[in-house]
Amino acid sequence: MVSFNLEEIGLKIGLEIHQQLATKNKLFCECKTFTESDFKFNFIRRLRPTQSELGQIDPAALFEFKKGTTIKYLAGKESACLVEADEEPPHDINKEAIETAILIALILNSNIVDEMHVMRKIVIDGSNTTGFQRTLIVALGGALKVGNKTIPIQTICLEEDACRLLNEGEKVREYSLDRLGVPLIEVSLAPFTGTPQEVQEVALALGRLLRSTKRVARGLGTIRQDLNISIKNGGVVEVKGIQKLDLLGKIVEFEIHRQLALLNLSNKLKERGLTSNDFNEEFLDVSDIFKDTSSSILKRALERKDWIIALKLKNCKDLLKYEPYPDVRLGKELADLVRFYGLGGIIHSDELPNYGISEQEVNQVRERLGLYDEDAFILLTGSEYSVQEALKAVVNYLRELIKGVPSETRGPTPDGKTRFTRPRPGAARMYPETDIPPFPISEELIKRLSLQIPKPWQEQVEEFKLKYGLSDKLALQIYDSEYIDIFNELVSTTKVAPSFIATVLLETLVNISRSGLDISRINDSILRCLFKALDEGRISKEAVQEILEIIAKGEVNDVDSAIKKLKLFVISDEELEDIINKIIQENLNLVKERGENSFNVLMGKVMKIVRGKVDGKKVSTLLKEKIKEVSTLCK
Amino acid sequence: MVNLSGYRGDSLKLLGEYRVSIGDPIIIETDKAIYEGILMPRYEFADDQHIVIKLKNGYNIGINIKRIKNIIKKSEKEELIPIIQLPPISLDKNLPKVSIISTGGTIASRIDYRTGGVHPALSASDLYTAIPEISKYAQIDTEILFNLYSENIEVSHWKAMAIKIAEKIKEGFQGVIITHGTDTMGYTSAALSFALINLPIPVAIVGSQRSSDRPSSDAALNLIGGVIVAAKAPFSGVYVVMHSSMNDDILAVHLGTRVRKNHTSRRDAFESIDISPAAYIKNGNIEKVLDNLPIRREDYNYQPRANFDNRVALLKFYPNFDPSIIEYLIDRGYKGIVLEGTGLGHVSNACYPALRKAIDKGLLVMMTSQCIWGRVRMTVYETGRDLLKIGVIPLEGMLPETALVKAMWVLANTNNQEDAKRLMLMNLVGEYVSRSPLERRPKDGVF
Repeated sequence: MVSFNLEEIGLKIGLEIHQQLATKNKLFCECKTFTESDFKFNFIRRLRPTQSELGQIDPAALFEFKKGTTIKYLAGKESACLVEADEEPPHDINKEAIETAILIALILNSNIVDEMHVMRKIVIDGSNTTGFQRTLIVALGGALKVGNKTIPIQTICLEEDACRLLNEGEKVREYSLDRLGVPLIEVSLAPFTGTPQEVQEVALALGRLLRSTKRVARGLGTIRQDLNISIKNGGVVEVKGIQKLDLLGKIVEFEIHRQLALLNLSNKLKERGLTSNDFNEEFLDVSDIFKDTSSSILKRALERKDWIIALKLKNCKDLLKYEPYPDVRLGKELADLVRFYGLGGIIHSDELPNYGISEQEVNQVRERLGLYDEDAFILLTGSEYSVQEALKAVVNYLRELIKGVPSETRGPTPDGKTRFTRPRPGAARMYPETDIPPFPISEELIKRLSLQIPKPWQEQVEEFKLKYGLSDKLALQIYDSEYIDIFNELVSTTKVAPSFIATVLLETLVNISRSGLDISRINDSILRCLFKALDEGRISKEAVQEILEIIAKGEVNDVDSAIKKLKLFVISDEELEDIINKIIQENLNLVKERGENSFNVLMGKVMKIVRGKVDGKKVSTLLKEKIKEVSTLCK
Repeated sequence: MVNLSGYRGDSLKLLGEYRVSIGDPIIIETDKAIYEGILMPRYEFADDQHIVIKLKNGYNIGINIKRIKNIIKKSEKEELIPIIQLPPISLDKNLPKVSIISTGGTIASRIDYRTGGVHPALSASDLYTAIPEISKYAQIDTEILFNLYSENIEVSHWKAMAIKIAEKIKEGFQGVIITHGTDTMGYTSAALSFALINLPIPVAIVGSQRSSDRPSSDAALNLIGGVIVAAKAPFSGVYVVMHSSMNDDILAVHLGTRVRKNHTSRRDAFESIDISPAAYIKNGNIEKVLDNLPIRREDYNYQPRANFDNRVALLKFYPNFDPSIIEYLIDRGYKGIVLEGTGLGHVSNACYPALRKAIDKGLLVMMTSQCIWGRVRMTVYETGRDLLKIGVIPLEGMLPETALVKAMWVLANTNNQEDAKRLMLMNLVGEYVSRSPLERRPKDGVF
């Protein structure tokens, strides 16, 4: 539970939602929008930071370039053309995407821009082949209502999605081009405050509002959230790329604790009389001290002719290992920070002697640095350039920490925590995409789209619930799920109970997936065949899970083969009657003795023979009838 | 000074009324919202009904002037003086001196994110900053000769380039790089090949297929390649240095007379036709492929032959080609016609009378093929034989564009038709390939 007072800590949350649109084609070319894995082509590139008029280059971008990172792009035939390869100018902007974005802006009462201008936002990590992301403002302002909260909207943008990261090597980073250029809508909310649970509810409500248009993509990876989290006396920490909604609350909670812990550390530093002037980049080369070390890390470093340097941290003894909140320690934060610059981490005096580093070596370092007892030090090792950059980053971090929570960009971990990913980029560098002329939005288009505003999602879910007799939970689950289209199709093309279809789609598949099987093999056409077979009475409900399992295992590729393989055939009513009669005859004494109470035993025996081949409900009805008949006769 | 560039008609009038200028921080009140930002210039071709501002978040938006109730100038424009942080460059005085002459396009640029403007970075220090790698290979000197889209480059510009290069040789430069728009780069490379016949040093022509303002531009690598060729190549002559594939790794060094732009947008658009590139550049090293390249030498008194006669036409034959086009050229006083015939070198027999007339009038009429790959052989079919009889000169495998440029050069250097014909048929600077390679796109060696 939350153990802090939101008012007191001054929590501010900025939520940005990035949602892929379900358009047929990409935003600036006619390529298909789907995940491709058959990579027929590849090519390599190097991106070069472009200078701005002010001569500034994003330091992180510059580092990447100097590190000599090569980017390898892999592409399939259907999802990429020369536009994605940055070998051809963009085509005309996708009208379907523009209309969807305007429709969403209308739902949110946002002010649609009269004339749209595509911009280039510099992104130099290779995730865009061009080195920039194409983006445009569709609308400004408006508001999202969640319960009794009204959260103002800052901007609604339409942008191209980035490449999919496949592999991150030391020198080569691999991306796939399939996701590049898929239209994304970005809704940025004005900063608000709320409990972690409330933040999650806001995101969920916004997601449902987007889904209410039926024009956005569904499924994992089609929606990503970014959070900007800050507390009083702290910089803004950006957590980027949260794909799972149910992690949002946890992440907010962890981040609040982490930031409070850093404030605590910051106070400790100040209590010890430290100011930002006490941290500087003066370091000493200490490689000679470790020439005979038994530390394998340092031995390897020396073999590679890497640098080993020591940095004095005045008055910082015991602060590096100090853990004001579980998993939050200065030592760990610094280690994560330097990893960005290609270092393996840091070694700090609070944890030494350790890692094969002897007490004598520690003392020699302390002596070399001229440390007093209350001082600490850290060791950094790596290539000359990496160490120099990492050192700058460490010193900068400590100076920022004196002031409060350092600003940075972090990423989510699977367990709902966050981890440093990169220094926070400076102000977005943007300039016009001159390959695409600005285009005015006509009043007629806005009028036409106004007529297409869907019913609010709450009403849609309610209708859904009533129409198909679903529970609240099931109705919402289907509404949120990627199976909504196939669900709608199956309920209208078969007579199978909607609640059963929903259960298979939402529960059976999840269970199969949790057991470690690959449910991506279970595509829409398999689901169509499965429910058709069920509808035609060729299989029973009990057989559904088994069929899906062997398809997920890859043992068979379609429903008919699964039925054959599992030797599933449905028993006719006459056959069932014969079987029941036979069982009753064999157990006549029991029926005589116990009458209707013999049902459970007999049901077990019948089901042993007919499981999966006939609906259990049918068996029980018929069996009950027969027992009643027989026992009446016997009386 | 009021600057309202790009605005016209209604929007210009409105901005004039409110006395605002591009770059001014302004507040615009409309019937639905209030916008704050910096007034931006307008695209020339855009309508006169919108005003463009850059919002604080960096985005541009256009506001319909019909909605505007009021425009308030917030303050005077902040005159931003660009502060370029130049990293210290330690120049090795022993490195070769090379000259970078720009004729248009931009090989490096700086972006003004405040206004979204892209400005060329052309001075030597700009280039060292933007592309620090070049300081490893050469001491550079830069000069802006023109600033033209390459489609506007004409024979007078070829001449100016040739003379400028000769000046640079006199000044002691060991190599020259010409930066050039890619569209007519192949024509210029052919023109300079002839104008700079017997050139003692290498001249590398470079350009970019993706604009230099983007981080993915091919410009920087191409320029580095050009610098390497200019500084280090053991051979002399005129070459086009561009990407050899979609990868940012290996550059191809194409012979100036055998290169053609074969794609509208790819970075490997330039290809050597019926021959491999002269060399490749891999990891900063030149790997020579073609033998018999002229050897680099010292000749400070080198004199170019820089004249061209623009009275030569390149005519592409097509079904229903109207022979009166040829008549027109004769009447206009043209001195040569390069035909881009079909297949092995054919045009319809409807053209015969006009061609006869042209040749009678003293025009040089020559045949190349629109197939691009392969050579003309006019002895195979009757049409070819007829054309030979009429006096059409078969130019074997010479590229049509190279043939045009060569004819312009030849006709500026001789008035004698027989001499001109002889020169056209001589292999002067690698424009002829005597053997057609087995491979469609030979990668290494002649074959």
